[in-house]
Amino acid sequence: MANAKPKMQHRAKLMRTWPLLTPAVGVLLLWALVPLAMTLWFSFQRYNLVDPTISGFAGWSNYKFLVESPAFLASILNELVMVAAVLVITLVLGVAFAVLYDQEFPGRAIARLLVIGPFFVMPTVAALIWKNLLMDPVNGVFAYIARSLGFTPLDWFTHAPMAGEVMIVSWEWVPFATLILLTAMQSLDRQQIEAAKMDGARGPQILRYVILPHLSRPITIVMMMETIYLLAVFAEIFVTTSGGPGHATTTLTYLIYQKALVAFDVGGASAGGVIAVILANIVALFLIRSVARNVDL
Amino acid sequence: MCTLELKNLRKAYGNVEVIKGVDLTINDREFVVFVGPSGCGKSTLLRMIAGLEEISGGELLIDGVRVNQVPPDKRGLAMVFQSYALYPHMNVADNMAFALRLAGVPKAERDARVAVAAKTLQLDALLDRKPANLSGGQRQRVAIGRAIVRQPKAFLFDEPLSNLDAALRVQTRIEIAKLHNDLKSTMIYVTHDQIEAMTLADRIVVFNAGRIEQVGTPLELYHNPANLFVAGFIGSPKMNLIGAEVVQTDGSASMLKLEGGSGFAVPARLAPGAKVTLGLRPEHIELAPEGGLAGKVEVVEHLGNETIAYADIGAAQPLTVKLSSDAPVRLGETLHFALRGHAASLFDEQGQAIALPGT
Repeated sequence: MANAKPKMQHRAKLMRTWPLLTPAVGVLLLWALVPLAMTLWFSFQRYNLVDPTISGFAGWSNYKFLVESPAFLASILNELVMVAAVLVITLVLGVAFAVLYDQEFPGRAIARLLVIGPFFVMPTVAALIWKNLLMDPVNGVFAYIARSLGFTPLDWFTHAPMAGEVMIVSWEWVPFATLILLTAMQSLDRQQIEAAKMDGARGPQILRYVILPHLSRPITIVMMMETIYLLAVFAEIFVTTSGGPGHATTTLTYLIYQKALVAFDVGGASAGGVIAVILANIVALFLIRSVARNVDL
Repeated sequence: MCTLELKNLRKAYGNVEVIKGVDLTINDREFVVFVGPSGCGKSTLLRMIAGLEEISGGELLIDGVRVNQVPPDKRGLAMVFQSYALYPHMNVADNMAFALRLAGVPKAERDARVAVAAKTLQLDALLDRKPANLSGGQRQRVAIGRAIVRQPKAFLFDEPLSNLDAALRVQTRIEIAKLHNDLKSTMIYVTHDQIEAMTLADRIVVFNAGRIEQVGTPLELYHNPANLFVAGFIGSPKMNLIGAEVVQTDGSASMLKLEGGSGFAVPARLAPGAKVTLGLRPEHIELAPEGGLAGKVEVVEHLGNETIAYADIGAAQPLTVKLSSDAPVRLGETLHFALRGHAASLFDEQGQAIALPGT
């Protein structure tokens, strides 16, 4: 009985504001739901650009065909490996850079600018620079260093293609992690570090007991944001390995591209898209859970 | 046991010297308060003692051992920070036990020591709370508890009450005084509030612009300020400082002509024509039927227990007078003031005190 009145008030307020909210909510719904509905519809259609005569309801065959193809499982694993590896690398380096660039040293402003730099290089350009200038087994800088040290240069995209992709994508995303974590570092109360010093904490212990707990929330945010973008990585793969050799660097995103615009199988590609949405939601669920735990500090 | 010796201690940032040679000995179990206006270097000096700031020159000795290069935790001192600096993700008990945990003290002993400190500070019921769920006063007590648990040789307080509201400040001030009485350990306390300094200190050190102006017990500083700075800093309301010129010397007394034209006799033999500053405490001035200093009352503050009047005597600053609450003072009225006893102070042109008999 006690909360009947607030409930009524809440309902009345909703009635008043609903007409005002409708346009915004409506646009968002259309924006999100129309493409999703179209993808769902196509995923159950026979729809091949090469042969327009094949049409009609396909049932689950698009999904069956996709899931049973050898590339499918590999692409999901590749996707997860890449996201996980890049997340670990960018977070470790991001925390390291954030702590480092938070210190006073001459030329700090320039150093900060440089560490943010890769963020402004578009993915295609970044991947081409890495492929042709750095990782090329004949003319690349890495090959030169390896040779001058007496090692055989590694042909990255043949022998360690996934490691190569992870390196490029990590290079692009370290600045983002650094930027977010550096701003978080600047809000850390210096007296906490001093108090920890007085309490006998050395560098690693200050990191473990003061800095990392302080950064836990921004770290979760970086994880969330990066995951969203990393699940959709495409240009880097396209310009370096085209998903190969074999399926070694084919992610789900890239597989969908291959289905749609190499095999012209729109139905199969749509089925892949639906699975990608489900996969992204599963990953998001885990992340949101960890955020919820973190936010309730 | 903890004696601290500061020998010609200096601190410079680049070419800017902020501590310009401080010599001071702090005795065992003494409560010493560093006081001074903001930017005078008192906090920097405390941080140098703590080991949080490097020492640019001079020596710091704890119990006779030179500790200039010793890291903060090895000096055996505990510090209470102005912002409390509690670890936000740890509960009260973990905050207090953190130093012991790092030092590898077994859990049972840790818990016992935290329990003792918590009892002293009435934190028993709050041990499971996070700092975010505590009030300002409670956080302050946890910060003090964190220091106590370490059983340090000396406590360092860096303006610990400045984030508390007025009522809580008075209460916590009393608690800190009690704590010093119970623990009987050396304490160094930095503040810009001269009331905190006067009430807590065994000895007060007055700083100005990186130098010590005067060291002494609260009453020494109050009655015999060594110079104009200390005279103006200690006491509330501020001491009246009036420019004057010696016009006549007669035996052991001199006649001063104050700014604004009034005459004032002081019991000292001064060179005629010398420029001096006369210091009169507002609480040492009383109403006189006639003669003395005459001034028109400009502002009256009725505080209940006392009345403070500001009178224009023709000098640059109005004369501040502290009177009893029932004193017949009306705005715009011209009153006559006389000094109670011989409680005047006199300063020469360099601002140094001139000794007067009977003060």
